[in-house]
Amino acid sequence: MQMPEPNSGVLSNKARIVARLRGVLAKDAVIDAPEETRAYECDALTAYRCPPLAAVLPASTEEVAAVLKICHEEGVPVVPRGAGTSLAGGALPTADSVILGVARMTEVLDTDYANRVIRVQTGRTNLSVTGAVEEEDFFYAPDPSSQLACAIAGNIAMNSGGAHCLKYGVTTNNLLGVTMVLMDGTVVELGGAHLDNAGYDLLGLVCGSEGQLGVVTEATLRILRKPEGARPVLIGYDSNEVAGQCVSDIIKAGVLPVAIEFMDRPCIRATEAFAHAGYPDCEALLIVEVEGSESEIDAQLGVITQIARKHDPVELRESRSAEESAKIWLGRKSAFGAMGQINDYMCLDGTIPVSELPYVLRRIGEMSKDYGLGVGNVFHAGDGNMHPLILFDANKSGDLEKCEAFGADILKLCVEVGGCLTGEHGVGIEKRDLMGTQFSDADMAAQMRVKDVFDPEWLLNPAKVFPLSASQAHRDAERDVAA
Amino acid sequence: MPSPVDEREVSDAVAGAEGPLRIVGGGTRPVGRPVAGKVLSAKGLSGIELYEPGALTIVAKAGTPLAEIEAALASANQRLPFEPSDMRRLLGRSGEPTIGGVVAANASGPRRIQAGACRDSLIGVRFVDGRGTVLKNGGRVMKNVTGYDLVKLMAGSYGTLGVLTEVAFKVLPGVEAQACVMIHGLSDVAAVAAMSKAFGSPFEVSGAAHSPAGEAGQSVTKLRLEGFADSVAYRAGKLRELLAGIGEITIEDDPDRVKAMWRDLRDVAPFHRREGDVWRISVKPSDGPAIAARAGGEALYDWGGGLVWVLVPAGTDLRARLGAFAGHATLIRASEETRGRMSVFHPEPAPVAALSEGLRRQFDPKGILNPGVMG
Repeated sequence: MQMPEPNSGVLSNKARIVARLRGVLAKDAVIDAPEETRAYECDALTAYRCPPLAAVLPASTEEVAAVLKICHEEGVPVVPRGAGTSLAGGALPTADSVILGVARMTEVLDTDYANRVIRVQTGRTNLSVTGAVEEEDFFYAPDPSSQLACAIAGNIAMNSGGAHCLKYGVTTNNLLGVTMVLMDGTVVELGGAHLDNAGYDLLGLVCGSEGQLGVVTEATLRILRKPEGARPVLIGYDSNEVAGQCVSDIIKAGVLPVAIEFMDRPCIRATEAFAHAGYPDCEALLIVEVEGSESEIDAQLGVITQIARKHDPVELRESRSAEESAKIWLGRKSAFGAMGQINDYMCLDGTIPVSELPYVLRRIGEMSKDYGLGVGNVFHAGDGNMHPLILFDANKSGDLEKCEAFGADILKLCVEVGGCLTGEHGVGIEKRDLMGTQFSDADMAAQMRVKDVFDPEWLLNPAKVFPLSASQAHRDAERDVAA
Repeated sequence: MPSPVDEREVSDAVAGAEGPLRIVGGGTRPVGRPVAGKVLSAKGLSGIELYEPGALTIVAKAGTPLAEIEAALASANQRLPFEPSDMRRLLGRSGEPTIGGVVAANASGPRRIQAGACRDSLIGVRFVDGRGTVLKNGGRVMKNVTGYDLVKLMAGSYGTLGVLTEVAFKVLPGVEAQACVMIHGLSDVAAVAAMSKAFGSPFEVSGAAHSPAGEAGQSVTKLRLEGFADSVAYRAGKLRELLAGIGEITIEDDPDRVKAMWRDLRDVAPFHRREGDVWRISVKPSDGPAIAARAGGEALYDWGGGLVWVLVPAGTDLRARLGAFAGHATLIRASEETRGRMSVFHPEPAPVAALSEGLRRQFDPKGILNPGVMG
């Protein structure tokens, strides 16, 4: 992975920069000893590491603004960091960068049930937002699978999704407002407890911008009342095509499940050996969950099972109790862990049009043979967001590179059939160099012009999202125009 | 008047423009400051390009009539989640609303409170920027975080950042039944509290509006339920129990009457053919009654109290009356003279305005796309 050369001027000014940061933060909030900065050398994409110049842990918007103002003046790149759970290398430092972590900003600032919003500092974890409102039977809808650990800051940066977004949408659909600090230290308020915006939808632009436009310190989030209940049904098929057709027919029938999860045979076998959830040994397995009162659930599951039966399932198991529901979800929830028991794995995140599902699975199977690497597929079928898990051996020389090449081929396939490189993890550094398969140079330039507006010196979260050659060419051209 | 029929012609028209262009779809939402310029119509870019009911996705050229999209979706019992409004009667316009116009105005109706705005359903755009460059962002899949989200930026930008040529949406299943729970005689404050209570229940309210003028001299608060027939009946009963004691409650379950009721709310029917200016104010719901009181005039509440439509005498400087508040007010209907004189869109704080201006310069460096329409 190519990263830009660190700025030698910044490296040689380290002592002064650190001293200035110490001047605006609590004593223990500036970390610069090499043995301590190593804790920030990578995120959940552990294949790439680089200790930062320093790491800072501000406690308020004012402190974040003070830090950014100093870094701006000193020309220091800043890498914002939520909980460090990015699978795309979204928080990977460069050697000349300051990591700005929001881990100490975890307060709930306001809970407003009448208006169904909560205001939090963005270091708060996703699950603890729900934790703050569940005694009143409310919840925060986006549920990325890392929700126990991941921070709202990172959710906003990557526009995180989850298993339930078919009904509830992703982060951008549940985010009403932010306080954000620009790279020069300016604090802006976008949105609020009201809906929509006075002018351009800057909030929508910021959500999913991978920490490259500003550092979001506070967020107003939509909270919802929990449904009366939820229950899944498990359906097994002997063919991916048929399972895909079943998903399409359920949607066409007018039912809107909260989740439709899909697992293929390699994944079913791995999870069954690991979690013993009692899954059938079949080609494709669907878990479809619906919500409502008991009678509403019965009615919806009635429609779904009737459709499922028409396609001749090898297994159809409707949950009748909380225990049965937990058992149905058990395997799915342990799928990643189960694959990890077999080997190291890389988790991809492309999205495809649902109708292309059987073709894409068949092609992935063929590529798996060509590359000689195993792959299991588990994904959100209702919205086409795939999560192929490619197995490899990190200790075997060349295996990681082979795995990355296989992954790139799968993502190119996703784009080729009308989908995209990433559905919920973000581009980061991981998919940076594939952006050209989805976007023309002009499409990328349009996005980079947005970066020019928010962060003209390109100091925030550098070397992510856009191929280095493209961003360099763009900045050179802008400089020529300015000159 | 250039009336391009494909993206290339739009690109040529923009690249070759020697002065300001006034971008129009159906011309049914003349919102914003009046723009002088050569008309560039998107009407020639028409037609549904892809509709996959099983994937809940539709893609259409920007000039496609909204009615054509809605008819295609209805044939597969699906719909646009955000219930786009038809502003023709409010604004005294004829013509055919286009899907691109809906996106340019981020036009969202009563269901916005539950299902999100137009921008929440919009998953892809193609457009021509002010340099004449053809650009795309997003795509045709509903989960997509690849690169920056210019899709959201384009929604509600009133043609000032680019000329839309193609739009893609996530759609939703239609419904079997709908009902309206109506509470009679509530004050504005009590109505907003009742609507909040309903939204705070698990009964999936898909619309909540309050009309102080109401019917027969009594205010009416309306809560809409949609879904399978048994479920709607169950939830209507539950809501009646939940709200018992606060006022007289009736339930309307005739589908045609319920539909007509919400269509009227969506299109602000009570202000049709009435003298005066119409403003649209977005606040958090509990602030609705106070902001309506400050505005004076006649008010209508949607979005559980968070959207306040206000009818005031022509030429009223409503911003002076409202003062500073958390939210925004937009002047939707007024004479050209008034719209030229007042800030139609809510003024942004300086650092935000600087970002907006920076974006405008990047996407339209020559300043030719609907210049000044957003102030």
